[in-house]
Amino acid sequence: MADTVQFDLVSPERLLASVAAKEVQIPGAEGDLTAMADHAPLITTLRPGILKVSGADGTREYVVTGGFAEISGDSVSVLAERAVPREDMTAEEFKAMVAQATDKLAHAQETFVNEPGPVDEAAKLLADMVAIGDHIGLSAN
Amino acid sequence: MPNLKDLKNRIASVKSTRKITKAMQMVAAAKLRRAQEAAEQARPYTERFNAVMGKLAASVGDAENAPVLLRGTGEDKVHLLVVMTAERGLCGGFNANIAKLAKAHAADLLSEGKTVKIVTVGKKGRDAMKREFGQYFVDHVDQSGIKRIGYGDAQAVAESILKSFDAGEFDVAKIFFSRFENVVSQIPTMQQIIPADVSDAAEAADTGTFYDYEPDEQAILADLLPRGVATAIFSAMLENGASEQGARMSAMDNATRNAGEMIDKLTIEFNRSRQAVITNELIEIISGAEAL
Repeated sequence: MADTVQFDLVSPERLLASVAAKEVQIPGAEGDLTAMADHAPLITTLRPGILKVSGADGTREYVVTGGFAEISGDSVSVLAERAVPREDMTAEEFKAMVAQATDKLAHAQETFVNEPGPVDEAAKLLADMVAIGDHIGLSAN
Repeated sequence: MPNLKDLKNRIASVKSTRKITKAMQMVAAAKLRRAQEAAEQARPYTERFNAVMGKLAASVGDAENAPVLLRGTGEDKVHLLVVMTAERGLCGGFNANIAKLAKAHAADLLSEGKTVKIVTVGKKGRDAMKREFGQYFVDHVDQSGIKRIGYGDAQAVAESILKSFDAGEFDVAKIFFSRFENVVSQIPTMQQIIPADVSDAAEAADTGTFYDYEPDEQAILADLLPRGVATAIFSAMLENGASEQGARMSAMDNATRNAGEMIDKLTIEFNRSRQAVITNELIEIISGAEAL
């Protein structure tokens, strides 16, 4: 049995990573999960968060925003709307992302006055963004 | 017979035209390489995305409660045509071919009694379609400020399309763009984006594996379909970008060659008339001397 999975991280603009990984930690929409070899086939959407890949050459982290992941026994493909290696994430970029989420929340609050659903979603998105910031040591303000 | 001075001026002017077309060709070649790279790098995402969409669509099927973006509104009355062209001309038949395909399709739809709405992306397509279909224009996206096409640009277009779809302004959306085959051939293409056309992907989908879905299939599909629109538009933009540069490169290559031929022809003409003038002068001198 192979003890690694083929891990691919693609954003719409390019293929960011394609390596053999031992385990991949994915920020799933309904909670974080770790995929290792022979994981049950699963498709999940992502929430903004940190994607952690451990392979033969150490651990790498990526900041991803929405998208989805496809896990099968021997491969993990993450299709992220936006993915940035953690070390390339700058304070300005992060601020822009948070600002975008904040706008979205304000917009949702305006548009859906009597529907809590979209407002909650936008609020969660913002909270997720801020949580990323805490994790990688960048402030949202 | 044109005099020597005129010919000289014409040769100089064609020469400078050749310099310009040559420069444009080289710039297009450099840009083409970049555009092609961008298009290639975006391909894995699109492929995988469509594969997953296919799987999902196959498992949800034509169920009553399938998302509207997949199932359609159930009607086929109002068509939105998104015509994607370049912001600049001087690229051979690139813009004209896309506009031609879009025009033919719009005319077909109109003759079937359907309503047509047109959104243009890129100035040239707008200009080309204005005379015949100007009254159907509903929106225009200006791309002149964009240097390097990013996913965000496609997202913005997709968002505005989705918004008007949610508002019930159309039933079917199609995009027109040019698929990049190679430098000499770009194929004007029509692709339906709403309702999502997943029949190919669904057939190709590997049905041997059963996937778990988190959250459930419906929710994922609802999340994915709007992204699918953006992805389709993004890849169309990239294909278009590469096609435009390819078309411009070969158009400018032709222009350069034609200018070269013209210079040769004019130079021969110039030399001939110069010699004719010299011969004439000699005859005059000789006959003058003989008369003495």
